[in-house]
Amino acid sequence: MGCINCIKRCPTQAIRVRNKKAQINSKFCIDCGECIRVCPHHAKHAIYDTMEDLKQFEYTVALPAPSLYSQFNNLDDVNIVLNALLLMGFDDVFEVSAAAELVSEATRGYLSKNPDKLPVISTACPSVVRLIRVRFPNLIPNLLPLNPPVEVAAILAVRRAMEKTGLPREKIGIIFISPCPSKVTYARAPLGTDHSEVDKVLAIKDVYPRLLSCMKAVGEEPPEIGTSGKIGVSWGRSGGEASGLFTEDYLAADGIENVIRVLEDMEDQKFTNLKFVELNACNGGCVGGVLTVENPYVAEVKLKRLRKYMPVARSHMESEGEELVRWTSMVQYEPVFHLGDTMMESFARLNQVERLLKKFPGLDCGSCGAPTCKALAEDIVRGEAAESDCIYFLRDNVHKLTKEVARLAADIEEGDGDSYSKFRAMTSYIVRISDEMNQLDRKEGRNQNDDKGTD
Amino acid sequence: MDVITFHYTISPDDFTRAGEASSDVKSKLKKMGVTPEAVRKVAIAMYEGEINMVIHAKGGEITVHISTERIEMVLEDVGPGIPDIDLAMQAGYSTAPDAVRSLGFGAGMGLPNMKKYSDEMEIHTVIGEGTTIRMVVNL
Repeated sequence: MGCINCIKRCPTQAIRVRNKKAQINSKFCIDCGECIRVCPHHAKHAIYDTMEDLKQFEYTVALPAPSLYSQFNNLDDVNIVLNALLLMGFDDVFEVSAAAELVSEATRGYLSKNPDKLPVISTACPSVVRLIRVRFPNLIPNLLPLNPPVEVAAILAVRRAMEKTGLPREKIGIIFISPCPSKVTYARAPLGTDHSEVDKVLAIKDVYPRLLSCMKAVGEEPPEIGTSGKIGVSWGRSGGEASGLFTEDYLAADGIENVIRVLEDMEDQKFTNLKFVELNACNGGCVGGVLTVENPYVAEVKLKRLRKYMPVARSHMESEGEELVRWTSMVQYEPVFHLGDTMMESFARLNQVERLLKKFPGLDCGSCGAPTCKALAEDIVRGEAAESDCIYFLRDNVHKLTKEVARLAADIEEGDGDSYSKFRAMTSYIVRISDEMNQLDRKEGRNQNDDKGTD
Repeated sequence: MDVITFHYTISPDDFTRAGEASSDVKSKLKKMGVTPEAVRKVAIAMYEGEINMVIHAKGGEITVHISTERIEMVLEDVGPGIPDIDLAMQAGYSTAPDAVRSLGFGAGMGLPNMKKYSDEMEIHTVIGEGTTIRMVVNL
């Protein structure tokens, strides 16, 4: 398309527009979904599985995210959703909100046993963990080393399914119904564990229409299969996880830009007396995920109404619970934003970046395909872009060359010096002007010649 | 030895902008591949100094010299000066006005933290003329 909405909004500056297409640098990307949310042309798509993909399993267990419950009007009983999932064809249902209550319990234990790790940062949102992994290495020790509720639910669901059916693991499909693409990436490349028990991830928005019709088919008095209470269901919105810790010394921030601001301040030790920091990449928490259908703030209200008459918690840790909740591998710093391979090289490149910035206009116009002049300068020192990608730089150059030609022409007219060599220099300047004008035309054409998508 | 120098002008009485200079230096150091621990030391030491300049000295100038061996920060102001440096260095001692404290500043940890997080620190102060603080974090 050649528009620049996504490059401007990417919190890690991972996107560049090259040859009219937005390309994501996967090393920088934290899967926050912001580019999907902001693209008016729907050019960016999340990757997730489909109902077709479930056919490979003999027995399937649905893992509904707490945020799923917030998508329906006038829902006063989660059992309607859970039974509808069974009617849709799943063999069993395991609520992520039930596992969330176990994680809440384990977190309370972790906070009281590890006063030196305070404030502890929530690790339920994979985008937040990935962000910390690439940008805030000093905060890695503060990460809560516990599996997110979806993973705990998957582990427990596998156990229950194998006991119930006697089937081997590979014939059982553990299917998460997700509000966001970040969990899709998580299932393939998990954090805190080497392997995730989540086999497939479906989008809430895909499941939604079929689920709605199945919900109508569930009778007035659905069988009671829900096993979570207020604490578990509340995880679907910002502040929900923290509210299950029974402490007032917490901070809950949502929306990726706000999350970054909080992390910057935490890194500078601006907070004191905080025990827990809950961070969600999406506005409103998981209800704001890009794979949901309902407005996040309306969803939040629905979630509040739904949990009103629920017991505080209904799932509690068994004696061996601690083990399945604990991370088995630590998250490691990934210094992807370094400008070079060694500090020497990075230092030299930092110097080059500063020099380049003096040449650029500082408008952050995005015409070059990078979000800011500084990002372009960094791309150039990494060898991924050229100065001539900047249209202002090119235009200035053309002006300079034109003046040079005029000066040479005046010299020749006056008959000063070696006219022949001056004439040749002039010719080469004119060729360069023509080349650079062509480059400028191409860059501007990127925005003008598009017949579709521009409005 | 190559040195890159950055200048920052700290505007007076504008708390909404306090911390921008140290934040900028932090992001540069992260890209330079400085160890996370050193980034943290510079960020905290410089942030505290920057806040002090806003609270006590009506702003000032910060110059940061970056090389592959050390980060040197020079903070200059034309504020009231520090009458008793030893007292000011005590944790919890603060002369910040109430309006500033209500924003959560003025806990008396500014100078102690600057000392704690820098490897070298020198204070040069003249009453009524101003204060210059030089801090170094070795890489």
